[in-house]
Amino acid sequence: MSKWRTWRDLPLGCVITGVPTSLEYKTGNWRALRPVLDKDKCISCLMCWVHCPEPAIKRLEDDKVEIDYDYCKGCGICAEVCPVKAITMVMEGEQA
Amino acid sequence: MRGKRVGMRGNAAVAYAVKQAEVDVIAAYPITPQTIIVEVLSEYVNNGELNAAFIPVESEHSALSACVGASLAGARVFTATASQGLALMYEILWIASALRTTIVMALANRALSAPINIHCSHDDAYAARDTGWIQFFAENVQEAYDLTLQAFKVSEDKRVLLPSIINLDGFILTHSLEGLYVLDDKDVRDFLPPKEPVQPIDPDNPITYGPLDLQDYYIEHKRQQAEAMKNSYGPIKEVFAEYSELAGRKYAPVKTYGIEDAEVAALVLGSSAGTVRYVARKLRKQGKKVGVISLTLYRPFPIDELKKALKGIKVLAVMDRSYSFGSPAAQLFMDVAAALYNDKEKPLLFNVVYGLGGRDLKPEHVVYIFEKAEEVARVGEVRESQIWVGVRD
Repeated sequence: MSKWRTWRDLPLGCVITGVPTSLEYKTGNWRALRPVLDKDKCISCLMCWVHCPEPAIKRLEDDKVEIDYDYCKGCGICAEVCPVKAITMVMEGEQA
Repeated sequence: MRGKRVGMRGNAAVAYAVKQAEVDVIAAYPITPQTIIVEVLSEYVNNGELNAAFIPVESEHSALSACVGASLAGARVFTATASQGLALMYEILWIASALRTTIVMALANRALSAPINIHCSHDDAYAARDTGWIQFFAENVQEAYDLTLQAFKVSEDKRVLLPSIINLDGFILTHSLEGLYVLDDKDVRDFLPPKEPVQPIDPDNPITYGPLDLQDYYIEHKRQQAEAMKNSYGPIKEVFAEYSELAGRKYAPVKTYGIEDAEVAALVLGSSAGTVRYVARKLRKQGKKVGVISLTLYRPFPIDELKKALKGIKVLAVMDRSYSFGSPAAQLFMDVAAALYNDKEKPLLFNVVYGLGGRDLKPEHVVYIFEKAEEVARVGEVRESQIWVGVRD
């Protein structure tokens, strides 16, 4: 059976039941530009982690960061605020 | 007739029905010619006759928005507006129906500006025709009262769950004092038990209302809504039948007069039906075979009932109290033409534009319309597809 429901199977009134559902919605496929992190340059200032509106920057135990590409929409704010230019925005499908 | 005989203006009669319906929430903004409806309701709330939340808002946009929230929360909800107010509600009209609220609205039909006018046209009703609301048209104050009660029952029916508009002609009905029968509170309570919420707001079972819906599901939701509107037709007829039994006044989607042997007929909405029938009665006494059809139900459009009424009619004058600029005809005409197009046997149609901005429809205008219809019947073709009556030419 297709995962796509027909109009007969949808709940009334356009509602979404069984919330929260936001984690199921992988917004990463909206992305045109991909942030690529140079771990060697990163100074763990966490500016990207603070500014990410999604938030798709994961803060690891040692204050290193990791980008969650499932949810990153590629807005580029992280690259903009990074004081040491450790993040570059690369067109999806192209190499860093 | 059941109940007691009282004298009321249309606005007061609607407000009285809303009080008897024991609504939970009223959110409204004043606008002529409906203001008195919500004014009277605010008095009922203030003096303790009606236990409802009255939300005074700063615009019609907010009025209907508040109604949407209240209705989704599970409340029985009422609002009223007219003309420019309906226009300001416009985007919320679509939302109210798509989210399957059960709001009931009285629409005191009034012409859209410009020029500014406070009197009757059906511009506002027609503006809402595509928005997914059920629409009723009252012919007189009695019907405005009766239809208000019935609208709650229809909208809240679990098989329907769509908002309703009761159209009553601005000033002609809203401000006319008429004798009417009102039901006892107990009869209304039996007919209209408290609303049962369908998907009420419940912190333990959260639901997202009104989320984004793109290429992947929007069309399925619209298809589902189309089905809901189509399916409302059966329950509407059931409510009409039940109320007719209760009140002793007959309600049906389509009202007819003289069509059994009529060769030509006029189709009309709202209070003008009385005038047209008055003239038809006189003409029939002179032996003319004329008939009158009026719609109590406008959305969903009562296609089958209308076709049944049109059996044997050679020419139909479709009367529109509005104008659709640049369209092939005015709004009701387009509905009728679309409904009949594929039928082999159908009447010839012509469109009559009349009464804009409260211009009186006089008996002599109606005589002229029937004469035109007879002329079309005689020559067997429509030479003028649209005529205006009551306009200085």
